[in-house]
Amino acid sequence: MTVITGLGVVAPTGVGVADYWATTLAGKSGIDRIRRFDPSPYSTQLAGEVDDFESGDHVPAKLLAQTDRMTHFAFAGADMALTDAGADPADFPEYDRAVVTANSAGGVEYGQRELQKMWSGGPMRVSAYMSVAWFYAATTGQLSIHHGLRGPCGLIATEQAGALDAIGHARRQLRRGARLAVTGGTDAPLSPACMVAQLATGMLSSGADPTAAYLPFDSRAAGYVPGEGGAIMIMERREDAERRGAERIYGEVAGYAATFDPAPESGRGPTLARAIRSALDDARIAPGDVDAVFADGYGVPDLDRQEARALTEVFGPRGVPVTVPKTATGRMYSGGAALDVAAALLAMRDGVLPPTPHVNELAADCPLDLVRTEPRELTVRHALVCARGVGGFNSALVLRTAA
Amino acid sequence: MEHERRAVITGMGVIAPGGVGTRAFWSSVTVGRTATRRITHFDPERFRCRIAAECDFDPAAFGLSPQEVRRMDRAVQMALAATGEALADAGVGEGSLDPARTGVTIGNAVGSTMMMEEEYVVISDGGRQWLCDQEYGVRHLYGAVIPSTAGVEVARRVGAEGPTAVVSTGCTSGLDAVGHAAQLIEEGSADVVIGGATDAPISPITVACFDSLKATSTRNDDAARACRPFDRDRDGLVLGEGSAVFVMESRERAVRRGARVYCEVAGYAGRANAYHMTGLKPDGRELAEAIDRAMEMAGIAAEDIDYVNAHGSGTRQNDRHETAAFKRSLGDHARRVPVSSIKSMVGHSLGAIGAIEVAASALAIEHDVVPPTANLTTPDPECDLDYVPREAREHSTDVVLSVGSGFGGFQSAVVLTSPRSRR
Repeated sequence: MTVITGLGVVAPTGVGVADYWATTLAGKSGIDRIRRFDPSPYSTQLAGEVDDFESGDHVPAKLLAQTDRMTHFAFAGADMALTDAGADPADFPEYDRAVVTANSAGGVEYGQRELQKMWSGGPMRVSAYMSVAWFYAATTGQLSIHHGLRGPCGLIATEQAGALDAIGHARRQLRRGARLAVTGGTDAPLSPACMVAQLATGMLSSGADPTAAYLPFDSRAAGYVPGEGGAIMIMERREDAERRGAERIYGEVAGYAATFDPAPESGRGPTLARAIRSALDDARIAPGDVDAVFADGYGVPDLDRQEARALTEVFGPRGVPVTVPKTATGRMYSGGAALDVAAALLAMRDGVLPPTPHVNELAADCPLDLVRTEPRELTVRHALVCARGVGGFNSALVLRTAA
Repeated sequence: MEHERRAVITGMGVIAPGGVGTRAFWSSVTVGRTATRRITHFDPERFRCRIAAECDFDPAAFGLSPQEVRRMDRAVQMALAATGEALADAGVGEGSLDPARTGVTIGNAVGSTMMMEEEYVVISDGGRQWLCDQEYGVRHLYGAVIPSTAGVEVARRVGAEGPTAVVSTGCTSGLDAVGHAAQLIEEGSADVVIGGATDAPISPITVACFDSLKATSTRNDDAARACRPFDRDRDGLVLGEGSAVFVMESRERAVRRGARVYCEVAGYAGRANAYHMTGLKPDGRELAEAIDRAMEMAGIAAEDIDYVNAHGSGTRQNDRHETAAFKRSLGDHARRVPVSSIKSMVGHSLGAIGAIEVAASALAIEHDVVPPTANLTTPDPECDLDYVPREAREHSTDVVLSVGSGFGGFQSAVVLTSPRSRR
């Protein structure tokens, strides 16, 4: 049995589990006008940015100039998660320490800076660290080195579904012999070039009001707001956690499944419902055993309808409490689903579901029991987390309380 | 860990420098011909390294439509071309795959970097603007900055609706993708996985990155003989591009449908040195550890290995590291078993090369021929194994070890076994 024993969170709604969770239960939003660059030329000017984050506080000094912000978030997340778990990787067998992360688009801010140097000044201007700072596995490599993780290393790229797939792959490694896994996902997609790329999807919201720009399942839904950050967690086998006297077991990764949607022109339908059912089967539970769903909540009406239909198909109309706390952070790409997993584990711990800030009027075709403005007290034994990635990726993860 | 379900390769497609299509690729590497030349994808004049191993690849010849060509980066196009060949080779036609039981795992190190850079140049107006211009962002721009696009396009092409992912672990991506695909089959998450890798990194920014690391060869006036793994006169790697994609399935399914089986992916393991993002410790401990685990999983001893397909990138650091790892894992057998690097001929296509090397390894089993290490004329005294210099060798081959090493300190090993061998 694989369990999560440590969490590290870096979110627009707080750095560290305590801050993040207090803000999240209060329904406070971290979405605001972009400050990382001047957003005035763009049709989307809002984002969930991580404030109060000094990279220098979390990243070894010599690595600051060799790494992108996405990796800085992961350094912070991994430190917090290991501390939270009370786990020292050195206490685990040397080659059984795995690290699996998710990433969406690489170190885009670092990459844009080096591309600009090259195209304005020539190839000799490009930093020797460009390749290792920008590439998709940069975070996995840096965490491996920093924490001496010499076991299986992985990087899963399934756009915004990535973190669930990374956690699923980490569980796979633990089942195949690894004893400790540092996993999750962080992303820092807020560079102008990456913003232009995101805007090209036509899925971003152009709303100017931070409280009304990202409204999944709402009749006013008109796109999403991007966010940055993510979560890193520590996974291990239950017997190891118990033997070393781990302070807490947040929960078990009880079920996981991934599916892929056929091309729209194929005439075949989307597959999220099958991913959910397979994850429930994997956890050996029935839909009625699920106490709460942390939905993907795109904020794009078609995609919201699709997800609502999948949830209704499995659980029935308004058949299970659903929440989308990410309306307070924006969609954090590979970090988003990792943060949802953290939120689900905290909900289990405290017996309370966080709200979905800003969403008031459910769309008629989204018959969900959505936890809206106020948190809802509820014993959560099983939580389902859903995530989707551009192109057709669907992933579902079932968490079970350890108690 | 013993799995009841075993993963086998029943079809392959290869797009490689010097050989587009599996047959052309195998012919090229067994003749010992190098495909390195002055870069033609862009004007390399201002660069330190001006050579690469390029593919003569025409997407239209593989049935890609003008809109697909516009939408997809070269790496994605090559993956689709290789996928098409693999499906035909495996005898897997339209409608013969159960969508829900079919997965896709594509390895890829640098995504759609050529397209990403081309579009960056436009939206930044030649690097003049930090605040890039939204008006010039083309519709498919986002697909060019996310590596997952390659997985999306391949999955749609084959009609896969099972677990689909891009695995991106730098230069070990190709081996890791094949290993990942095998794991999905072994654990029962899929019955068939289209697994492989693709990369097309010969773009100004990637060449500049390797220039600044001083990792690439500067033998610009002798392109054909530039990449010299295990040779005393080596001076760095040569970038390549390409794709190899496999139809992988459970052995049970392959037997049931009477498919030709190239080999079984019998062992796979990845380890990391936790030492340096680009540097290698000369002792090769972690690569040896990966090899040991892959052999253990395959249930073979060092003496069973008939051929070692080396990483052989053409850097001194790698050659020493790798040679040490082989000695550590294989003991005396390291001195007897043929070891070769096809990167001497097809270059280093980053995330793709591991899969292309798996193709070469599977074909070595198929043909009982070991491809050579081209350009190896003056052996490095520090590298004292049998590197099959310059000429392919007929050699009974049932078990192959293929290894890779890359940025991040990642080390991977795959063991392939012949369907003839009964262990």
